[in-house]
Amino acid sequence: MTVTLPPGPTDPVAPDDAGRGTSRRRFLGFLVAGPTLVAASQIAVETAAPTPAAANVPTGPEPGDLYDLGQLQVLATKATSNLITVEVHKDNTVSFALPRAEVGQGITTTMAMLIADEMDISIDRVHVTLSKARPEYQFNQLTGGSNSVRSLYAPVRHAAAIARKRMVDTAAARWRVDASTLTVTDGVIRARDGRSATYGSLTKAAATSRPLPMTAELKPTDHLKLVGKSHNRIDAHEIVTGRKKFAMDHVVPDALPTMVCRPPTIKGTVKRVHNRAAVLKMPGITDVVTISTGVAVRGRTFGQCIDAVRALKVSWADGPVGRKSDADILAELHKNEVPLAVPDVSPLAKTIDLSFTFAFASNSPLETGTAIADVRAKSAEVWSCLKAPIVAQQRIAEKVGLPMDAVTVHVVQGGGSFGRHLFHDTALEAAEISKKLRKPVKLMWHRTDDFRQGRVHPMATSRIRATVQGDNVFTYEQRHTSVSTDFDHGFGDLVSSFAGTLPGFNFLGLAQTVFELSQNMPYEYGMTDQVLDEVDMDFVTGSMRNIYSPDVTTARELMTDRLAKEMGLDPHKFRRKFLKDDRAIAVLDKVAKVGNWGRKMPHGTAQGIALHAEYKGFCATLVEIDCRTHTVKRKIRDAFTGPRVTKAVTVVDVGLPINPRGLEAQMMGGMMDGIALALTSSLHLRDGHFLEGSWDNYWYTRQWNVPPTLKVIVMPQTSNQPGGAGELGVAAAKAAVACAYTRATGKMPTKFPINHDEPLGFQPLPTTPSIPQSPTDGLRYAY
Amino acid sequence: MPKHSFILNGKRVHVDCPNDVRVLWVLRDILNVHGPKYGCGLDVCKACTSHINGKAFNPCSVMISDIKPEDEITTIEGLADTVGKALHPMQEAWLENDVAQCGYCQPGQIMTAVAKVKQARAEGRKIGDMDFDEIRNICRCGTYHRIREAILAGAKKM
Repeated sequence: MTVTLPPGPTDPVAPDDAGRGTSRRRFLGFLVAGPTLVAASQIAVETAAPTPAAANVPTGPEPGDLYDLGQLQVLATKATSNLITVEVHKDNTVSFALPRAEVGQGITTTMAMLIADEMDISIDRVHVTLSKARPEYQFNQLTGGSNSVRSLYAPVRHAAAIARKRMVDTAAARWRVDASTLTVTDGVIRARDGRSATYGSLTKAAATSRPLPMTAELKPTDHLKLVGKSHNRIDAHEIVTGRKKFAMDHVVPDALPTMVCRPPTIKGTVKRVHNRAAVLKMPGITDVVTISTGVAVRGRTFGQCIDAVRALKVSWADGPVGRKSDADILAELHKNEVPLAVPDVSPLAKTIDLSFTFAFASNSPLETGTAIADVRAKSAEVWSCLKAPIVAQQRIAEKVGLPMDAVTVHVVQGGGSFGRHLFHDTALEAAEISKKLRKPVKLMWHRTDDFRQGRVHPMATSRIRATVQGDNVFTYEQRHTSVSTDFDHGFGDLVSSFAGTLPGFNFLGLAQTVFELSQNMPYEYGMTDQVLDEVDMDFVTGSMRNIYSPDVTTARELMTDRLAKEMGLDPHKFRRKFLKDDRAIAVLDKVAKVGNWGRKMPHGTAQGIALHAEYKGFCATLVEIDCRTHTVKRKIRDAFTGPRVTKAVTVVDVGLPINPRGLEAQMMGGMMDGIALALTSSLHLRDGHFLEGSWDNYWYTRQWNVPPTLKVIVMPQTSNQPGGAGELGVAAAKAAVACAYTRATGKMPTKFPINHDEPLGFQPLPTTPSIPQSPTDGLRYAY
Repeated sequence: MPKHSFILNGKRVHVDCPNDVRVLWVLRDILNVHGPKYGCGLDVCKACTSHINGKAFNPCSVMISDIKPEDEITTIEGLADTVGKALHPMQEAWLENDVAQCGYCQPGQIMTAVAKVKQARAEGRKIGDMDFDEIRNICRCGTYHRIREAILAGAKKM
């Protein structure tokens, strides 16, 4: 099959029409056989990554500068872009079964915008659903790495353009007129003589009985009406009326509430259940069964399951982490730290070393782990929010002893993820319980378990050595030593399969490859080396939003402020002088201007500025922080108050912003995460378990921590390709807060979040029973 | 099994269940009213916030036996009916400000917002930063800023 869409120089899916607004590129797609019109994308298949161009700049480009993780993902999805299809229905609606998860990032809205725009149909006629797991998608059904827009932008537009063309051709043939004389408005095709037909009325005629290749053209960007303009979420109405369905809201017959009594140590196991019979007699309880992760109970209501879990008397064996505490893990990390090199520079150069520790953290979406499973003798059906559903399908099939195609895995809308739903832990557990009980179950994790036994962002240290002389930075070495991050969720397979095509990556481990492809160096700091060393301590870890970058960037930006001080330069001016990319300078300058950088601030308060580049995008954040005693010590019931960020401004350049309003939302969320990770939220490991068990222990940003003044500015289009956005906002925000705190207090923190080693601000919940009882005094607090 | 009755979103409902089952599970698991969400069951995250006789409360922390037959419980599903419109002004404000991301906490946020505005009014004040700092509802997506803007906008139309 002829391929007419040549890849761009660095990004293999570049349809080079955007930005200029005039050039039109013809590409090949095809029609899928069926009773109604189904149009598919077909894009060139690259077998190898482009060779990095030789660069000759003071800092040699980091691998992530030349070829980033996202491009690897885009490459991995290309072989299956022909499975990206849009279907036209008789009721004049268009549907797209999106092979990604929607967890709040707004991907369904973005996809609906692209389709509506390309097809000239109103966006409310476009229905985007989430595809069930389909193994034929291979690497094209994985949501992560802020990659969905990057990998779907071209194929979705192509499929929509093919559909539009076929519809117009069908009308032209029926009316015996030239297709170029027809116009389309909101799904209605019109001829010059006044005849008209809806897409829906033509879909049967447009359908084909055998696959049919056809070519089409994408609209020039300046003809697009939605792309680049703010659009509200397509599910907003369902959300504000309480009708949006999450896993727990799906009603599957006889799938009764189910919960698990979990061990007092991480990954501990059941030795013996002492009172199964007594618990089975409790009101509403139908089943009690031991599973690989604990003891499951099933009952009429979740409230009665909570009672049963609390009543269970279980003997446990310790998990692999044993009874260790934070200090043990940190000591183990220090033991594994590779010494920093002695740079080969002039003896007159000054060496500056900085070292930081980053605590365990929890991605903890507000919707706890939830899955419905109905495992029968010859088939199984599962519903859950899954970002890698094909891997889930495979592992569930193995677990319940069924062939993969006998297991149907439905992807449902998620109440947040922040990396948590890359894993299918809850779905697998639900399937195990359902198989054992031979009954459908609706499994829900308790909040306390979600913090204590759920996936965590691993503890890490980051050490940096820089050498400086006069107004030059000669070397920069950063060694990030981390408890291992688990990538065993499909993303790992993708990286292992495709990283081999990249020069220089043959000998790197999986996590190192992810690290190298995601970390870049935006500054000209001479000889630069950033390395990850991992220590496997058998924790339950995973990629939390933006993986390594919030920690790595915070350390780098604090070093950047330190270097600026060494040279006697203002942090903004210093960054400006050393930044490599004009787009980076532009966002930095803009944030400095909008945020009124350099304004006089009272003693105990300060500004901080930081920059982060990733996912082919740039992000600069400026914050003002108040560290004065009366602010830090302000009293709010059961709250950690601490220093307050009083103003936060983020400027973002994602290349091609598709939905600026959605992008702003992602940046705001990233800022809230950054504030939390710098100042308030972490997990404390003590005696083999995490102490946090409630949102009043794990201090994610709350209203009393929110900056009263907050602004996001989306830069105008700077590229033909959309970059990634979902995770981009976290790192710069965290770093800016850290820099501001350092400037306000005159002391650079060495541990994040800054309150981690302070006395605990809460009384930890017991580990036995494993979950707390719900209060009964709620009416006293009614207001 | 004990019988319970109360008014839910304007209609009388009857439930047979033990006295100590929390109202959240009566709503969700027995009556299939799914607007109020579970986020902790500890009266901390506030995702289940609903109204009882016009005041905000958290059904995860109230036993069904503490609900009297004359009590009127309103969940997000019944909020618009309290003003006799398709949407409550606070829901409209949420749409105009495109507040939601994943949406899981938003029913609780909206129910809290309405009660907070009424509370400030009853105390003869306009809602402002001090009131916002008292809102305990978690939004893990971090939509707090838009929540603040939407409450100000919604309050004007209430």
